[in-house]
Amino acid sequence: MALKITTDNFKNEVLEAKVPVIVDFWASWCRPCLMLGPIIEEIAKDLDGKVKVGKVNVDEEGYLAQQFRVSSIPTIMLFKDGKVAKQAVGLMRKEDLLKTFGL
Amino acid sequence: MRDIIVIGGGPAGVSAAIYLKRFKLDVAIIMKDQGTLAATDHIENYYGIVEPVTGKDLFQRGIAQAKRLEIPILVEEVTGIDNFDNFIVRTDAQTHQAKAVLLATGANKTGLKVKGFADYVGKGISFCAICDGFLYRNKKIGLVGHGEFMREELEALANISQDIVVFTNGETLEKDVEGHPVVTDRIKALRGDDLLRVVETTAGDHQVDALFIAMGTASAADFALRMGAFTENNSILVDEKFMTNIPGLFAAGDCIGGLKQIAKAVADGAQAAIAIHKYLRNKP
Repeated sequence: MALKITTDNFKNEVLEAKVPVIVDFWASWCRPCLMLGPIIEEIAKDLDGKVKVGKVNVDEEGYLAQQFRVSSIPTIMLFKDGKVAKQAVGLMRKEDLLKTFGL
Repeated sequence: MRDIIVIGGGPAGVSAAIYLKRFKLDVAIIMKDQGTLAATDHIENYYGIVEPVTGKDLFQRGIAQAKRLEIPILVEEVTGIDNFDNFIVRTDAQTHQAKAVLLATGANKTGLKVKGFADYVGKGISFCAICDGFLYRNKKIGLVGHGEFMREELEALANISQDIVVFTNGETLEKDVEGHPVVTDRIKALRGDDLLRVVETTAGDHQVDALFIAMGTASAADFALRMGAFTENNSILVDEKFMTNIPGLFAAGDCIGGLKQIAKAVADGAQAAIAIHKYLRNKP
């Protein structure tokens, strides 16, 4: 299961994570985000233990979305050692997303 | 409700419709304009063409052929497609329902050909008001377009912000924009820092927080984006049965990429029709 990422747990779950973290910025009104949802869950299952996967609801966590300059959703970021290592925008197939992230 | 609505009246759409009609399916074509084919003035590499023909002529023959086979041709602009159990196709004239939809609208548009465009896609430039609009609540929003597609996007954006400026990019405004300011000068460049900030036109700079693109008529990729269908390099991704990742939504011809030739579009249309026939037969 993808983790629910909030302003409160962001530092602990994402920035200080020992493994790379995929973060999906999404919203319930965004159709492409809803199509991406199951793909993100699949990645969470496939890469369990190697990569952490989380989701940020941009409506509830406007501060995080703003901090990372999310201006189009879905935006998917790969965090490594507390920094954004890779970024992708828009609905993508699982294999394309993993390729973009070098996973 | 129809069995299938074909959007686009070019070689892919008409070919598909002909096969679908022969399968005794209730099919209609919705089309707006003549697309890229009509812009070609010399065709002599297509099967059976002895003397060169113009694209416009071939296009009209295709439409005449469809009409002779009693396929309804609706000259309407599709403004949106919704999918629930079935598909709802909204046009500037009415609303249609169908069990399946075939997108055959030709090549997808690529956006503005100006400096900075590629740099700010996803960093202020958006192709979908209902996808990204809410991120710009009460911000200053630019909207590029001049026709029905622009007006549809304006309607969606007007719920989010009142500070909207319409850029026609040199085109004549065709629709009422309900008092929003309009800039008709051509766009020269897009500038900003890590996010888009400025639309530079031939007459001066305009500050914006976002720029939504709705030029001309909506293309298949625009519908795909709003419906959550996969695209890659501006082409719609389909499986070997010409179906997208959305069950019942098919695509054929230039909008799925590949060889931009009439022969390929016609073949796409025929194969898509056979797959659609099978899909509808097995649909519960």
